Amino acid sequence: MEPALISPAMFKLFGVIPTVLFSVMIPIVGVGLFTYIIARRMAPIVKANPDFRFDRPRQRILNVLKIWLGQYRHPRYMTAGVLHIIIFFGFLILSVRSSELVIKGISGGFIMPGLGGAVGDIYYFFKDYAATAVFFAVVVAAIRRGIVRPARYHYPESYGHDHTNEAVFVLVIIGTLMISESLYEACLVAAEVQKGLHAAFLAPLTLAWFFKIIFSNASSSTLQALHVIAYYVHDLTFFFFLCFLPMGKHFHVITSLFNVYFMRLERGNVRPVRYGVSDEELDDLESFGVKKFSDFTWKDILDFYTCADCGRCSDQCPANAVKRPLSPRFISLKGRDYAFSHFPLSGDFVAQEPLIGDIYSEDEIWSCTTCGACEQECPLGIEYINKIVDLRRGMVDEGNVPQSLQKPMSSLEKRGNPYGKMEKKRADWTKALEDCEVKILDKKTTAETLYFVDSVSSFDDRMQELAQATSKILFAAGIDFGILGKKEKDSGNEVKRFGEEMLFQDLKGQNTDAILDSGVKKIITSDPHAYNALKNEYSELPPVEHISQTIIKSVKSGRLRLTGVTEEEQAKVFTYHDPCYLGRHNSIYEDPRDAIDAIEGIRRVDMLKSRDRSFCCGGGGLMLFYEPEEEERMGVLRVKMAQEAGANVIVTACPFCLINMEDAIKVAGLEGKMEAIDLSELIAAHIEK
Amino acid sequence: MEILVCVKRVPDTSENEIEINSAGNDIERDDLVYSVNEWDNYAVEEAIQIVDKVGGSVTVVTVGDDESEEVLRREMAMGANNGILLSDDAFEGSDGKGIATILKAAVEKGNYDLIMTGAQADEGAAQVGGMLAAMLDYPYASLVNLIEAGDGKLKVGREIEGGNQEMNDIEMPCVLSIQTGINEPRYVGIRGIRKVASVEIPTMGASDLGVDAAAVGAGAAKVKRVDYFVPDMGEGAEMLEGSTEEIIAKLIEYLKAKGGLK
Repeated sequence: MEPALISPAMFKLFGVIPTVLFSVMIPIVGVGLFTYIIARRMAPIVKANPDFRFDRPRQRILNVLKIWLGQYRHPRYMTAGVLHIIIFFGFLILSVRSSELVIKGISGGFIMPGLGGAVGDIYYFFKDYAATAVFFAVVVAAIRRGIVRPARYHYPESYGHDHTNEAVFVLVIIGTLMISESLYEACLVAAEVQKGLHAAFLAPLTLAWFFKIIFSNASSSTLQALHVIAYYVHDLTFFFFLCFLPMGKHFHVITSLFNVYFMRLERGNVRPVRYGVSDEELDDLESFGVKKFSDFTWKDILDFYTCADCGRCSDQCPANAVKRPLSPRFISLKGRDYAFSHFPLSGDFVAQEPLIGDIYSEDEIWSCTTCGACEQECPLGIEYINKIVDLRRGMVDEGNVPQSLQKPMSSLEKRGNPYGKMEKKRADWTKALEDCEVKILDKKTTAETLYFVDSVSSFDDRMQELAQATSKILFAAGIDFGILGKKEKDSGNEVKRFGEEMLFQDLKGQNTDAILDSGVKKIITSDPHAYNALKNEYSELPPVEHISQTIIKSVKSGRLRLTGVTEEEQAKVFTYHDPCYLGRHNSIYEDPRDAIDAIEGIRRVDMLKSRDRSFCCGGGGLMLFYEPEEEERMGVLRVKMAQEAGANVIVTACPFCLINMEDAIKVAGLEGKMEAIDLSELIAAHIEK
Repeated sequence: MEILVCVKRVPDTSENEIEINSAGNDIERDDLVYSVNEWDNYAVEEAIQIVDKVGGSVTVVTVGDDESEEVLRREMAMGANNGILLSDDAFEGSDGKGIATILKAAVEKGNYDLIMTGAQADEGAAQVGGMLAAMLDYPYASLVNLIEAGDGKLKVGREIEGGNQEMNDIEMPCVLSIQTGINEPRYVGIRGIRKVASVEIPTMGASDLGVDAAAVGAGAAKVKRVDYFVPDMGEGAEMLEGSTEEIIAKLIEYLKAKGGLK
């Protein structure tokens, strides 16, 4: 039976030139060029430092299924997320059809294996809807990008021009692919109908279906021409797009699968100074951290390539919100631009200048509180904390540390706390406690449980109350506990995160010895930063628990009994602020809330930004000493969020959050209207006598 | 340019609670932590920056006991090329002039274009720099907060009372005492110190230096500390009380009354 139209595989241009030549040449040139581009793009990845990401395939595949295929993080930004999901699945569905089309240009009757029978009928039915859906999603996306222009795509002047043109251009390309594919098919079906042949079924209301109606009365030669033109427009656009992807933010179409597969699996930890180099061998390393581009690991560079400039990280970044000179998306974009310019597609690689000063500024790198909001949000699994810490390691190694941080670091080295207080005064906060004995553990005095106080609660006048409240709770719950006293050193959570790895190792070693010597079976702390360090950065320690977990366990078992709200509290509305190192870094969201709710009659509301979208208070540990350039304090923004939620008491579960919140209440002029309290203080005040 | 920087190991005022001992003639020295005198640290940083620009080497020197070696190492971890420890039982108890005498001998053992000291030490009297210059018969500039290296001479900025600035040309060799704030000293971590942990630091005693043991030490000291105490709290301090607004209002009132605010 003669087909209704000559396929591109058989067609002869001007009756002489067989178009099959194009069908063969376009893919060969396209794939060849693409292979070359990818090979060049691989250069910085090959030259980069090692990064161990080949373990735990099961967990990694699960991540791919959830975050990549499941697009799990996309609906957090509903409009953009839904548009992306449509385009993403449209692409997946149509990739089969596009591959089929490429071969159809050479062999007109080709049908993708497996699509011959009923499966094929279902597929062809849905792929027309997919193409149509993608087309409309692309139109909406273009309007959004080009006309509505959401604020998070905005480029501050200092970072150069924005990517709107690139974004709209790609949307046009995708639209072209959808139209040409549909038109190619619609022309064939229209011709088949005209000739009374058995016509393929076109799903109603799809692009192809509309085109079939529009061209139902077109002449046979018009249909023939459109059929072939549409085919080659599609073919050319397809391969052009393939080669265009690695040029900019659409590289993620190719890299995202890999980036999500290799994304970090642990939380709350910082990667080693160098993969494959143990802590004991650190002294032998010539250089620490990232100073020049090739000090980054290959995963860092894959991250740079993968950034789609969607702006979600920066939209969630507290440093960016208070106008500190840090916007995480530009950490990635500047890294990518650096890779593109120093590892060009042709010619020699360009010599690498130092990153700090030329590409990243010192203040930019010190501005990060390591709260993790950016990483939590990134739909592509891009990491920031590891890079920031590695850049800081590089600066520390060069002696390039802000003056404001040098004193506390030197005090940590000499006294084991950032305040330069005497070691022997570390347990002085226990003196004010009545009816509650706190043992100081040594060879003779032992206990089942260690209360790890950490520096701020040991020495800060206000935060000592938090240590006292924690002790009262432990005592009331009948837990046999003690503290290390002068043998306790700072946990070093921020020391590590500020890039002073050797100092961290020193603190870790001293604490580990002291804890193991004490013979305790369990560790409890009321400081999420200590909790995080002991749990995720130390090894060989007994299990670690945050006081909120202890509270809720003790309440459930009946060992800790709480009184209901007081008359004064009845008039108050409480809200819980998730500390970054308890929530995002350690996934403890419910225990502190349950603990608050265990007080009968308490009224508690959640802020809009809560749980894994909690907004950092301003940072803890060494961050308290750093003097950033900023227009406003993070804490002030946070206190206002609590006010918007209708709360007048902010409960937190971290001494640093409490410091920042109390300061912020004063700065925001909300004294008397808003108060901040630690969970341990709230619970201690409700212990049934 | 060959630069010698004189440094001193002092109890770190920010990391110690300074208390007077029971005898009342010194501070309680148990449980003290020490560091390099802050002013000296600025001097070393400045020396390193000069050498980075014009070439040469930086040598750090201190008069003290074996424990003083740690401050030399710290300064070497910063980037000083050499360290010299001047240590001898005969040096113990030296007054400012004695220390200057020892340092003078050390300067004469080398070939330095520029000698730097801190403007003062946390527990010192700001006297060694000037005395050293006089003994060497070198030109001297104190409280230096800016240095531009030139050929055979330096341009140095000095901080003048009232926040004014003075610029001078000074011929080398010379002695400069350095004010804090002249630069931002770099950070030295444990890693930096470990890198120079095995570098040999020569120790020189009185005989190595050719110093007459009788001219230095406690015996030769003509300035002796006779008492050491915390002054009694004086009259005149008033704690402002009330709400923040009230305290601010009162403070403004006082400042206006005393002419601090116009």
